[in-house]
Amino acid sequence: MKETRPPHRIMQILTPALPVVMGYLPIGFAFGVLAVNAGLSVFEAVAMSVIVYAGSAQLMAVSLFEAGINPFSIVATTFIVNLRHLLMSASLAPHMKNWRKVEVAAFAFELTDESFGVHSLRFEHGENQPGPTLGINFICQLSWVVGTLLGTLAGGLITDVKPFALDYALPAMFIALLILQIKGGRYLLVAVVAGVLSIVIWLVGVTQWNVLLATLIAATVGAGVETCTERR
Amino acid sequence: MYRTTVMLTLLGMSLVTYLPRLLPAWFLRGRELPPFLVAWLRYVPVAVLAALLVPSLLVSDGTINLHWNNLYLWAALPAGVTAWKSRSMFLTVLVGMAVIAALRLILGL
Repeated sequence: MKETRPPHRIMQILTPALPVVMGYLPIGFAFGVLAVNAGLSVFEAVAMSVIVYAGSAQLMAVSLFEAGINPFSIVATTFIVNLRHLLMSASLAPHMKNWRKVEVAAFAFELTDESFGVHSLRFEHGENQPGPTLGINFICQLSWVVGTLLGTLAGGLITDVKPFALDYALPAMFIALLILQIKGGRYLLVAVVAGVLSIVIWLVGVTQWNVLLATLIAATVGAGVETCTERR
Repeated sequence: MYRTTVMLTLLGMSLVTYLPRLLPAWFLRGRELPPFLVAWLRYVPVAVLAALLVPSLLVSDGTINLHWNNLYLWAALPAGVTAWKSRSMFLTVLVGMAVIAALRLILGL
């Protein structure tokens, strides 16, 4: 697999970014449509995609704006919804040891569920060079912002992306990322514990915390089992 | 007045989103961490992905749906087999989307 460098480098960025782009364009579009319908201006909607850049929190914020909820509650909800990124940031930290501070700062700004999924796999394969990593992030956010802009401009013209099945791009990507992450029995155990807990916690009604709590507990189970078995 | 409030809210959202994304990477990256924490961090990706994915496949319109009409769930089977066999994210996404599109066409959903 020795290829010439320049095209290889471009592919290093485009190949991992493509599934995210296919998912972000239509969801960004849907967000743009909803934001304008909720009374936000085109500028405000696009600004949110540029400076917040967090899909589920943005969609939630739009419905809160529409319902006339006070700004403080909107910010607090955003904080809770996005708190799960703490864990993602922590788990990627060891791979950024030799990065410059500005690179870490730029990377963190564009850390989403999807970019995390992509990078957690790349980093483990030793592909943690800041250049391509930030390139992937930039393309992903660009597609999110472009999707938002197109959505705000199209308004109510097109709201349904279902005929193209684009709404399944991100779930399918997560299926692949999850399966590629299962590198043995302990990983499978952690995945099952996390999946079951996430849905149980959601069912109990703690719907904003399910991902964070399930991850905390499941990763602890994994590390605990590993520590115990390796002591023997 | 209201427009200013909206922009301030966006700035607040930006800040509370950015800090949790930044601080752990910023402070943990240069450190020698205890072995348990290192092991713990290694299991975070698989746990996060499972915790995000399972509800997205099982829940539709705010309730758990295990019925045949939950296409997200059933399309996960061929997509999962594709991921397992091919180890390719791109191929998995293509198969997943193709199955969803075909099912919608056939079932008229």
